[in-house]
Amino acid sequence: MEPILSARDVSFAYDNYEEKQLPPIVLDDISLDIQPGEFVAVLGHNGSGKSTLAKHFNAILLPTAGTVYVNGINTKEEDRLYDIRQSAGMVFQNPDNQLVATIVEEDVAFALENLGVPPEEIRRRVDESLKAVGMYEYREHSPHQLSGGQKQRVAIAGIIAMRPKCIVLDEPTAMLDPQGRKEVLQTIRQLGGQFGITVVLITHYMDEAAQSGRVVVVDNGKVILDGPPRQVFSHVELLKSVGLDVPQATELAWLLRQDGYNLPDDILFEEECVQAIEKLLEEHHVSH
Amino acid sequence: MLKDITIGQYFPGHSVLHRLDPRMKILLTIGYIVMLFTVSNPLGLGVGILFLIFAYAISKIPPKMITKSLKPVIPIIIFTTLLNMFFVKGDPLVDWWIFHISRQGLLTAVVMTIRIICLIAGTSLLTYTTSPITLTDGLERLMKPLKKIHFPVHELSMMMTIALRFIPTLIEETDKIMNAQKARGADLESGGVIQRAKALVPILIPLFVSAFRRADELALAMECRCYRGDVGRTRMKQLHYSWQDGVAAAVTVLCIGMVVVVNIFAPVVF
Ligand SMILES: Nc1ncnc2c1ncn2[C@@H]1O[C@H](COP(=O)(O)OP(=O)(O)O)[C@@H](O)[C@H]1O
Ligand SMILES: [Mg+2]
Repeated sequence: MEPILSARDVSFAYDNYEEKQLPPIVLDDISLDIQPGEFVAVLGHNGSGKSTLAKHFNAILLPTAGTVYVNGINTKEEDRLYDIRQSAGMVFQNPDNQLVATIVEEDVAFALENLGVPPEEIRRRVDESLKAVGMYEYREHSPHQLSGGQKQRVAIAGIIAMRPKCIVLDEPTAMLDPQGRKEVLQTIRQLGGQFGITVVLITHYMDEAAQSGRVVVVDNGKVILDGPPRQVFSHVELLKSVGLDVPQATELAWLLRQDGYNLPDDILFEEECVQAIEKLLEEHHVSH
Repeated sequence: MLKDITIGQYFPGHSVLHRLDPRMKILLTIGYIVMLFTVSNPLGLGVGILFLIFAYAISKIPPKMITKSLKPVIPIIIFTTLLNMFFVKGDPLVDWWIFHISRQGLLTAVVMTIRIICLIAGTSLLTYTTSPITLTDGLERLMKPLKKIHFPVHELSMMMTIALRFIPTLIEETDKIMNAQKARGADLESGGVIQRAKALVPILIPLFVSAFRRADELALAMECRCYRGDVGRTRMKQLHYSWQDGVAAAVTVLCIGMVVVVNIFAPVVF
């Protein structure tokens, strides 16, 4: 299958530095293929280049070297710019700074209006998207009456109204309270399940990454780990060395393993950890 | 404290006036204002006043809102009244020391006052019955022909929309910054004018910095949603004139017609 997002040997440096200074390399020879329908979490500490990478998937930034393909289109093809942006929608961190209109439904309609979709079709898709994120009852509210989580869901609705193949979310839950985080994460997971949209979720919450199908760890502009969450989080030392945490259950199991207890190294969730420890205790019991 | 400021003076409701097409309301308001300033006869002025009372009655806007909308312009009303009263020459009524009031002066003053009151009350009715965003929409569509002479109609209306969207956000933020500075011991409420103006600096600077950051992020989000000015842009909500707009137009035109007839055939009084 052809990947929906594909970065081939991508390097990037911001060129707004003073001339004599060599601009620091933010992305360093990244190659990454994301297949249709995947739910990929991207992890990395602050300044590791996650947002910069995300902006390449939307032709906001163009690689200094290498190529990025979105839905098979090279992002350097200027006349396909709007095809690219329609294929890969983007949601940002601050829910306040990405809503344009003063009424929820008008905001959801914004992208479709820009694309020149006929009015009746806009209406249909706006209602559909608002229902999909569970914000239909709020369609006539003004954004500042909504909670952070609700605003973020409206922003997501504004993107899925474009019917994108893929959606890139840049730390969408970083500014939300636990309740809002839960709502938004649930909506994101639904995107993949119900609508078959490919999801790229940039996050620094390990529990969010644990729920994904594939975790990509970025450090200093390089992909250092890429694989299913169980496999990636089993590299506890490596993750800690680049300033990242692992899910709490994984960490507990790891600490116990360090002390010589025989626990599996691919524990992700609390229940698994509890079961493994129970099993260990039973074995311990039997042997005495 | 800042949250009490309401932007625009929209009074949500379901009256006929609320439901009229914003373009029609804007046009009719302009027509009404022109009429106000061309009447030359008490009869015509009376028609204008009655029209306004009638409009307020069907809009179900509480009449005390008229006084509220007039409050900020009271100084202007008093100023023009005094100016007209003392400086219009004519048959003297009062002639004492430096005060000369003529009959014509008094009449002009009274008429001018009524005109200004009707003007403010009339335009307020427009903003009371039309939400700011609908008003912006109506203006954009009315001014569309100006695009031919490269007047940035769409850009202005987009700016207006974004301003309306961000005013509550920025007000909230100002409140937060003020509290943060107060917590650090900033004194915002005492001292003279200069001192108070100086005390505003530590509030305005963070506010500006944050506003620029917001603008940056918003521009990025708009780009991601394929914004490219009004090239090939459609709108979800279309404006349609209904029969009610027709009736409103007919009533207003009838009124203006009456005033024109009165102007032509009745004696010119002012
Ligand atoms: N607009 C910009 N101009 C110059 N340098 C930037 C810009 N945006 C980010 N950077 C730099 O690029 C690096 C990666 O940033 P970013 O992609 O935002 O990281 P992340 O999202 O992982 O925190 C950082 O060192 C940052 O300082
Ligand atoms: Mg970032």
